[in-house]
Amino acid sequence: MIKLVEHIGRYFVLLAMSFRKPENGRIYRKRIIEEIEIIGIKSLGIVALLSVFMGAVISLQTASNIDSPLIPAYTVGYAVRQSVILEFSPTIIALILAGKVGSNIASEIGTMRVTEQIDALEIMGVNSAGYLIFPKVVAAVFINPFLIIISMALGLIGGWLAVVSSGFLTTTDYIFGISYDFKMFSVVYALVKTVIFAAVITSISAYQGYYTKGGALEVGASSTKAVVYSSVVILVLNYIITQLLLI
Amino acid sequence: MIEIVGLDKSFGDTQVLKNVNVEFIKGKTNLIIGKSGSGKSVLTKCIVGIHKPDAGKVMYDNKDFHSLDQIGKREIRKSIGMLFQGSALFDSKTVIENVMFPLEMFTNMTKVEMRDRAQFCLDRVNIEGKNALFPAELSGGMQKRVAIARAIAAEPEYLFCDEPNSGLDPQTSILIDNLIKEITEEFQITTIVITHDMNSVLEIGDNIYFLHEGQNCWHGDKDSILRSDNEILNNFVYASDFFKKIRKTLQ
Repeated sequence: MIKLVEHIGRYFVLLAMSFRKPENGRIYRKRIIEEIEIIGIKSLGIVALLSVFMGAVISLQTASNIDSPLIPAYTVGYAVRQSVILEFSPTIIALILAGKVGSNIASEIGTMRVTEQIDALEIMGVNSAGYLIFPKVVAAVFINPFLIIISMALGLIGGWLAVVSSGFLTTTDYIFGISYDFKMFSVVYALVKTVIFAAVITSISAYQGYYTKGGALEVGASSTKAVVYSSVVILVLNYIITQLLLI
Repeated sequence: MIEIVGLDKSFGDTQVLKNVNVEFIKGKTNLIIGKSGSGKSVLTKCIVGIHKPDAGKVMYDNKDFHSLDQIGKREIRKSIGMLFQGSALFDSKTVIENVMFPLEMFTNMTKVEMRDRAQFCLDRVNIEGKNALFPAELSGGMQKRVAIARAIAAEPEYLFCDEPNSGLDPQTSILIDNLIKEITEEFQITTIVITHDMNSVLEIGDNIYFLHEGQNCWHGDKDSILRSDNEILNNFVYASDFFKKIRKTLQ
């Protein structure tokens, strides 16, 4: 328990260090753009692939489980939309990104720590936490909502492709279903979660990497911890945010 | 000039540095030598501010580093160049970007000026035609030379070299040693080299401090080290057969 409190304290101290005034705004802006490419653009492929298949599977499962004539056909579209927007895109994609981006951040910063590159930054007079962590957090918080909006759209397209091609539903029914009783707040709720999860993934992974001690083995261990802790925090926060915003 | 006064440092119950007093002279290659575990690296980390000493002072030209605020410390650090044991070049940056990094961070130079300065430093360490390569594509000796170029890019007043010859062949080691000495004299820098390589000691040791179990044990230069009657120092200096033969010749 004491260890946990110590970790939480160190995590917030590191965050405070990261958000200190930058030494050179131009360099930080350049770093944010580089990180947007690494964290966002390079994740587009996996996000797109997962979203299309996720939408397809949800729609097929929903369609195959609704065989009552009392339930209208468009319900499938409605159920796919609600599942994709409220949960699958913001949460499942965040968990996938915790694996891809989180492990990458922890191993990058961890390697820099064990090869003395972070010491080199500090001795030059650079705030290493700010230089390494701040651009990653800002980039993820900025780019992840776009990724999630793309994921939502592709999830719905995947659902449409699956149910229409397998003959469960007509395009008209599906489109009626996904637009039925649509509330913009669902998207806002999903984006709030996305922004919080983006900050969690980048900051927890950066923390694990920054305090790596030892060599290659410990870098691997930090990378694993980054994914595990980020995922656990995402799941807990998902529950808390849902309680606060939807209930 | 850097002056260390009564420095103590402990980790838990282990006292690593005990009342260390040293003075590093401007324009000279100052060496800290000693066995592994004698406290050389901890002393260096205390000097550059990675560790905070338990007692004592680290004076950079009469300014007590550890009593300065964060901004003051950062200002002094900007005048420090450091060559790390493993070079510590940034993996994600090319050779020229590595050397330009401190200039980009702390100067208002234009891109052309920064490139010219970086090129001058790379030429000075005899690195040619490698600007676009990444550190992983260079040999160990080249990485060390690029690291020296990066360390001197921002015209530092103090240059720290942590075991500059580790992992290098004897010829490249001599090349690096000579480069450090030339740069020190040319730019009138206060250079501190941490080493346990006796060849380096005899090659470039203008002002040598020998640490033993975290304490000052001997102070002299490369001419006096072979003739010292300090038994602990002699055990260190004449550890190899080659130096034992030299000792016999001297006697």
